[in-house]
Amino acid sequence: MNMELSRRQFLGAAGAGVAATALGALGFGEIEAAHAEAIRAFKLVSTTETRNTCPYCSVACGVIMYSKGDRKKGERAEIIHIEGDTDHPTNRGTLCPKGAALLDFVKSETRLKYPMIRKPGSDRFERVSWDDALDRIARLMKDDRDANFIQKNKDGVTVNRWITTGFLAASATTNETAWETYKVVRSAGMLVFDNQARV
Amino acid sequence: MTNSWTDIKNTDLVVIMGGNAAEAHPCGFKWVTEAKANRGARLIVVDPRFTRSASVADLYAPIRQGTDIAFLLGVINYCIQNEKVQWDYVKAFTNASYIVKDGFAYKDGLFTGYDEAKRDYDKSTWDYVIGVDGYAVVDDTLANPRCVWNLLKAHVSVYTPEMVVRICGTPKDKFLKVAEMIGECSSPSKAMTSMYALGWTQHSKGSQNIRAMAMLQLILGNIGVRGGGMNALRGHSNIQGLTDVGLMSNLLPGYLTLPNEKEVDLETYMSTRGFKPLRPNQMSYWQNYRKFFVSFQKAMWGPAATPENDFAYDWLPKLDVSGYDILRAFELMNQGKMTGYFCQGFNPLLAAPNRKKVTESLSKLKYLVTMDPLDTETARFWENHGEFNDVDSSQIQTEVIQLPSTCFAEDEGSLTNSSRWLQWHWPGGTPPGEARTDNWIMAQIHVRLKELYRKEGGAFPDPIVNLDWAYADANEPTAEELAKEINGKALATVYDAADPTKVLAEAGKLVPGFAALRDDGSTSSGCWIYSGCFNENGNNMARRDTSDPDETGTYPKWTFSWPANRRILYNRASADLNGKAWDPSRKVIEWDGAKWAGYDVPDIAPSAKPADVGPFIMNPEGVSRLFSRGMMRDGPFPAHYEPFESPVGNLIAPKVRGNPAARVFAGDFEQFAETASAEFPYAATSYRLTEHFHYWTKHVRVNAVLQPEFFVEISEELAAEKGITKGGWVRVWSKRGSIQAKAVVTKRIKPLICDGKPVHVVGIPLHWGFTGAAKKGFGPNSLTPFVGDANIETPEYKAFLVNIEPIAGPVA
Repeated sequence: MNMELSRRQFLGAAGAGVAATALGALGFGEIEAAHAEAIRAFKLVSTTETRNTCPYCSVACGVIMYSKGDRKKGERAEIIHIEGDTDHPTNRGTLCPKGAALLDFVKSETRLKYPMIRKPGSDRFERVSWDDALDRIARLMKDDRDANFIQKNKDGVTVNRWITTGFLAASATTNETAWETYKVVRSAGMLVFDNQARV
Repeated sequence: MTNSWTDIKNTDLVVIMGGNAAEAHPCGFKWVTEAKANRGARLIVVDPRFTRSASVADLYAPIRQGTDIAFLLGVINYCIQNEKVQWDYVKAFTNASYIVKDGFAYKDGLFTGYDEAKRDYDKSTWDYVIGVDGYAVVDDTLANPRCVWNLLKAHVSVYTPEMVVRICGTPKDKFLKVAEMIGECSSPSKAMTSMYALGWTQHSKGSQNIRAMAMLQLILGNIGVRGGGMNALRGHSNIQGLTDVGLMSNLLPGYLTLPNEKEVDLETYMSTRGFKPLRPNQMSYWQNYRKFFVSFQKAMWGPAATPENDFAYDWLPKLDVSGYDILRAFELMNQGKMTGYFCQGFNPLLAAPNRKKVTESLSKLKYLVTMDPLDTETARFWENHGEFNDVDSSQIQTEVIQLPSTCFAEDEGSLTNSSRWLQWHWPGGTPPGEARTDNWIMAQIHVRLKELYRKEGGAFPDPIVNLDWAYADANEPTAEELAKEINGKALATVYDAADPTKVLAEAGKLVPGFAALRDDGSTSSGCWIYSGCFNENGNNMARRDTSDPDETGTYPKWTFSWPANRRILYNRASADLNGKAWDPSRKVIEWDGAKWAGYDVPDIAPSAKPADVGPFIMNPEGVSRLFSRGMMRDGPFPAHYEPFESPVGNLIAPKVRGNPAARVFAGDFEQFAETASAEFPYAATSYRLTEHFHYWTKHVRVNAVLQPEFFVEISEELAAEKGITKGGWVRVWSKRGSIQAKAVVTKRIKPLICDGKPVHVVGIPLHWGFTGAAKKGFGPNSLTPFVGDANIETPEYKAFLVNIEPIAGPVA
């Protein structure tokens, strides 16, 4: 889907051709060259298009993201423009004031970049490596689970539940992440488990 | 949604009640505009505020928040009294004719079997009379006084237009006009659609709000038809998916349910999930429950789930209460009974009710882990932000680990929208800094925990160490691998049950759909209702074919719609008992003498004869339910209950406060304002703005500029009464908290006259906190009560009591 010439690229190239031909026919050869010089290159010509859907509400409007660099080629890709997908049956290219500003979400100054830890009683976050953060989480989980896991209830029935650690899942993650999350949470025996559908 | 956004163009009447699509779902609302412009459809909006949806409505009717059931039962009463009933549909496709057990009754706001101490019902009488043949007894003439129709007729008779006006504050002429316009849609050639969202769910009787409208839609014959349906607009982009995949305390994927501790083994568990048909010939599709359950267990534990160990039944945790929802989680935390909590893309400090209680609860945890692309308030609940988060960090001993995750633009996979379309998306950008995908983060947590158990042993490691984790890279399963697992695989060759020579799926292949799933361990599937999403035809969720034969709005080849790529649920009900479309211009599927066929995938066996098999195949009755038996905790019919905090008493049942079956924790009742409180006289409600999405877009520069500052909205009348000026500062407080805001004084909110007394409404938008690019502010959850819906525990955000006064502005 990213390989095809985008509609914008096509229109951009065709439009430039029409203008050049018309001006040339009128005998404005030199002006034509100067004019062509003066026109700013269409900013999306050298970008990579990727189809996505708006992450906000559940209308799930189609969007097209334009990036400098192509992730598929292993390049670093910076998204420089996002617009509505005219092919999408629901939104047909339109976006609301939230969807139209998606680029500023991607580039928000308060996007998180590094794992952080706040120690008990502290008034600040400190940077921590992924390895240290994840090992710490696994240790906290295991210590709590080992201490509080309930294998049998008072009637001797096997219940295998863990209710001292809970998990709130994100209803903006993908179904695939949801399924993986389900596996990880349930296999640990967690029952305190919910997502935004509740609220 | 039973239908889809694009199907709304087929409607004749749109009723927006309990939602505000023009502002909260603007690009979906376009389809209402389309229906109005191209079909002459009309729009009714019923809301406490004159919203932007109302501004383009043909009829706007104000209503006091929390009284929707009285309004809707009033409309049902009108339809019954005025013969606005699609009789052929009601008689054939609903349980109107079913006879209800003697002993069932409703009196003084309560149904039979109420236990005040438990705030719960003994529901044994809420059921059908079962005949000697084992089937429910029916009376097709509807003459029996104990048939559902006659019980319903008596139940709604108290909701006269006069009573509706007294309770709801809706002017009588407006109510009658709404009822008349809705009543017209009882014609088989007219369809009405219901569009609703959190304006209906966020009440202590939210489920019954929706049931009341569903019952009305059945009486009008509008379920299963093009342009009809019950259309939940829903919230987040994948709130539908997270519900479908079952990320809730008591759910397994695909609306299977987690066992409770009384279900000691697989056979006991299955004994209440057999779903024997209640009428002859009915499909009762849940008869296949065991296939879906066993396939799920195989997707979880692979070769370790065997017939000998009941497919690892014991490895599922067993519930001792109905569920550990978010309210119960914070209640337990507040009691000091929890150690750790994970918030994956969830900001409960702003999203859970009674923020003071939330802060105190989080402060009692040993550890909190957040995963989010943005810097949330929850991750910084321990940080002092003056009046906006007035805490003493040194007194909070919670260890907090904040993990940076990718956002949509950097992630791959499918989201399920409110049309039930599973739409695949692709990553286009490189994540900032060290942000990682949720798939990687969750895998790391599992892999590291598993490693600790392997090394050290510990409490019952079996379900963790045996979790099926056969991904190419155990450190980060790909979206495709997970999608295939959700779809399901044939672990041994699967043959057609009707024709054993026919192979449905070779061993090792993806199953074509859920019809190929088996209960003997020969198939796996993570979420049966999604089966078919990624099969041997490829990734159907990535399909981008925009064809739409005859422009029905179906788009059958665009991505994948669950279940089985069906676009309109219950679409068999779009045709009459002979299989002919009720409205030929709105055909979905029809019976051609041998099979069902048309624009959509039939929601019935293709060879099921129309007169024999009912359209509502998930119900053992084969028909839909006007009387919901014991399925709902608070009654088989909806009944009017006031919010727990209400400016007026319950006029139908003066002794009943709130929803009598809603769970209230000890200590929370004392934090409710009394009915008609002089201390808290105003009816508050929460809502969203077009320019913001929850607490995300305050991090987005453009949106922070468009709507920079927290405000509350009040009427000109209340402003005059309290001496509040336009744009002046006010303090708003409830029994649980206090906030400061600028006042927006508008004509959009007007006082309502309820039972002769004026009720002022205070509107509180929900988009501000103390992180991000917008100005710091508050949210409604600083004020709202800690109580949820009786059935699903969604907090009561839409109706509560406050007081308001003008104040000098803060020093700038």
